[in-house]
Amino acid sequence: MNDDRALEQAAAWLAEGRGVALATVVKTWGSAPRPAGSQLAINDEGAFVGSVSGGCIEGVVAAEAREAIRDGKVRTLSFGVSNERAWEVGLACGGQIDVFVERIG
Amino acid sequence: MRPETLKALVAARAEGREIALATRLADGAERLIDLTVPPSDELGAKAVGAAVRDESGPVELQGETWFLNIFNPPVGLVIVGAVHIAQPLSRMAATMGWTVTVIDPRTAFASEARFPGVALSTEWPDEALQGIAVTSRTAVVTLTHDPKLDDPALRTALESRAFYIGALGSKKTHAARLERLEAAGFTPARLMAIHGPVGLAIGARTPAEIAVSILADIVRALRAAAR
Repeated sequence: MNDDRALEQAAAWLAEGRGVALATVVKTWGSAPRPAGSQLAINDEGAFVGSVSGGCIEGVVAAEAREAIRDGKVRTLSFGVSNERAWEVGLACGGQIDVFVERIG
Repeated sequence: MRPETLKALVAARAEGREIALATRLADGAERLIDLTVPPSDELGAKAVGAAVRDESGPVELQGETWFLNIFNPPVGLVIVGAVHIAQPLSRMAATMGWTVTVIDPRTAFASEARFPGVALSTEWPDEALQGIAVTSRTAVVTLTHDPKLDDPALRTALESRAFYIGALGSKKTHAARLERLEAAGFTPARLMAIHGPVGLAIGARTPAEIAVSILADIVRALRAAAR
């Protein structure tokens, strides 16, 4: 399930002294593109590795992650067809997902 | 997430250890759970159950939501027979993140030139298999068509915890193989575990297509165990 290198990349960024956040799919409904446990590592420059969707919401998640790197607060983001913002960013599959975002460190 | 938690997760993944991370969603409190030892509490027990299903997800505990992220080691694929089909099969399995080993005592077949970057063993298949950690996340596929090589591998695989055992060969070849294995002492019920002829029936013709059919069959078995 965790077949990408998000954690390893997060550790590498941390070792370089960068600010790093981790986003994890914690709940899915319907035809969500990636299963729970899928992860995206984001650094303080907005670069990211891994995925939490088929590419639909990574941009928004990365922006929230940079916010988390600044304020250190955890947050759970919801995306789905019923969600106005998801409509904007386009979770086109019609699924719904919750994404937990946390700073590392 | 604490940096030391991240380090522990990365180390566990590099070593192929089964581990789970529980995170309380309200505040990010976290706990690493070693899945190789008996669980010490309810959260640990839930993690062990989720690991068997290979399914990360949220759990409710005393009114709080914890997310259990399961880090199972990669699926292992052992290919017996460094034949043509083994070439695309080993490449595709590696793309899927699986750990691949190709066994063939015939060194002309099991060569680095034919399998660049693939773990090769030129031991006899039963000895080679005993040297590999065959777990409930390992699949064993025999491709040689040669009973001298396939049968020892199948006998060893049948005594292991491998979740998938497959053997290449026609229905006629497979019937003869089952007779030999039954004579060697395996019950017909146990022999049902062998997928033979190996692979999903998708009309595959080329070595790469046959590799796709084998991989699809293994994925089906892997996910069926989780359902």
